[in-house]
Amino acid sequence: MARRGRFQAVVIGVSSGGVQALKRLLGQLPADFPLPILIVQHISPDAGNGMAKLLDQLCAIRVKEADEQERVLPATVYLAPPNYHLLVERDGLLALSADAPVSFARPSVDVLFESAAAVFGAGLIGIILTGANYDGSRGVQRIKAHGGVVVVQDPADAETPQMPLAALAATTADHVVALADMAALLQRLAGGTAAPRRQGEASDA
Amino acid sequence: MAMMPGELEDVEIRLLLEGLQQVYGYDFRDYADASIKRRLTQWLAESAFATFSQAQSQLLREPELFVSLLQGITVNVTEMFRDPSFFRALREQVVPFLKTYPFVKIWHAGCASGEEAYSMAILLNEEGMAGRYRMYATDIDEAVLQKATEGVMPITEMQRYTRNYQKSGGTASFADYYTARYDRAILSPSLKKDIVFAPHNLVADAEFGEMNMVLCRNVMIYFKPTLKERCLRLFDNSLLAGGFLCLGLKETLERRKMGDRYDEVAPGSRIYRKRYG
Ligand SMILES: C[S@@+](CC[C@H](N)C(=O)[O-])C[C@H]1O[C@@H](n2cnc3c(N)ncnc32)[C@H](O)[C@@H]1O
Repeated sequence: MARRGRFQAVVIGVSSGGVQALKRLLGQLPADFPLPILIVQHISPDAGNGMAKLLDQLCAIRVKEADEQERVLPATVYLAPPNYHLLVERDGLLALSADAPVSFARPSVDVLFESAAAVFGAGLIGIILTGANYDGSRGVQRIKAHGGVVVVQDPADAETPQMPLAALAATTADHVVALADMAALLQRLAGGTAAPRRQGEASDA
Repeated sequence: MAMMPGELEDVEIRLLLEGLQQVYGYDFRDYADASIKRRLTQWLAESAFATFSQAQSQLLREPELFVSLLQGITVNVTEMFRDPSFFRALREQVVPFLKTYPFVKIWHAGCASGEEAYSMAILLNEEGMAGRYRMYATDIDEAVLQKATEGVMPITEMQRYTRNYQKSGGTASFADYYTARYDRAILSPSLKKDIVFAPHNLVADAEFGEMNMVLCRNVMIYFKPTLKERCLRLFDNSLLAGGFLCLGLKETLERRKMGDRYDEVAPGSRIYRKRYG
């Protein structure tokens, strides 16, 4: 993967209230947002891929359901398919797993965050949005342990605050923001600390 | 420069998998790394060892300890009529072809505890094919095959399986297929008699000849592309022309070498028919 700025990927975990939250967040991102975005949304096992299609229609940025052994690209949002965990391989390919649910969830936010933290290290931004459980709190710990950045939706702003609260109890977030401000923050993080974009530049790991 | 703790663990895992391959002949080096790492780490957390390096010495010397690790690696999650839409497509679009043969042979690769094979037996029997098929259901994990042979499941699962069965187009009463005994459901012997459970390792073992259908669902998602290609070649060599290859709902033959010799029976069904000639 091309490594330009500090960050290489964004992961997002969201549960109840997720459809609205994702519409608002992704809807504010430009079509050429420079990083890949991987999302676990808790969803019924036989939901189909309607969610990815809907978001793709509503948002400027490209949204699709994650396929197995797919290479992640910038400016693309990948949603975990219903009933499968989504993980990232060391070589940057996406992987799916039918392993048992984790914290009652499949896909599980922790599973995605933990595998992404191992691969992207300090180059990862992890975001926890609205939700009624504590999935993701181990994941944000792992992201911090690997030097990544954690962003949590302000619980007061979340439709269901439990998941943000659990994440904040589990680790010290770098940013606690309202949904309305999150796209701007992401843009700043993704573009801000970046080194000048020149081809063939050495990575800054 | 010192390594990050995570990187060190990756090195330890690579060394361990190399050792296991040399000592026991089980080769997990071409498994997708994220999932196997997750499973190994879980095993380590429940073990008495602090690191994989510590565990390695005993793992290489004590077969029983290795077996416990193997159990951790193989994760045999399955269910009856998993993905009802898949079984409906089988019933409506594939069985009519199978019925034209006097006898059909079916291979379930990575059958886990047998739920998928038993679901298929129910479906074929309902479609009037009882006694006209043989199923070879295989897995790398001998302990889970033992379970499969017994055909006993937790009674608490029956509600979910009944729902799956009905959604898949089942025509009878699901309760007729098992006997409840305390907290267990014992599958009817009529479902077992045409299934052979046997060990088979997709990494190392050879193909099964002349199959009319091969099912390998949610097994190759754990493999790296190279190993997945090997398996697909194995299945291709096992299948007769006109035979069916069934994959998991998130697995496809798109972008695969052999893909152009197969047609998907219905879009998204992940049931592929091998062309004649
Ligand atoms: C997730 S289960 C899938 C069960 C079933 N096919 C289904 O879809 O419900 C994966 C199975 O693949 C088996 N497996 C893993 N590696 C294998 C190998 N190299 N050869 C054969 N089976 C393997 C595991 O032991 C496990 O039982």
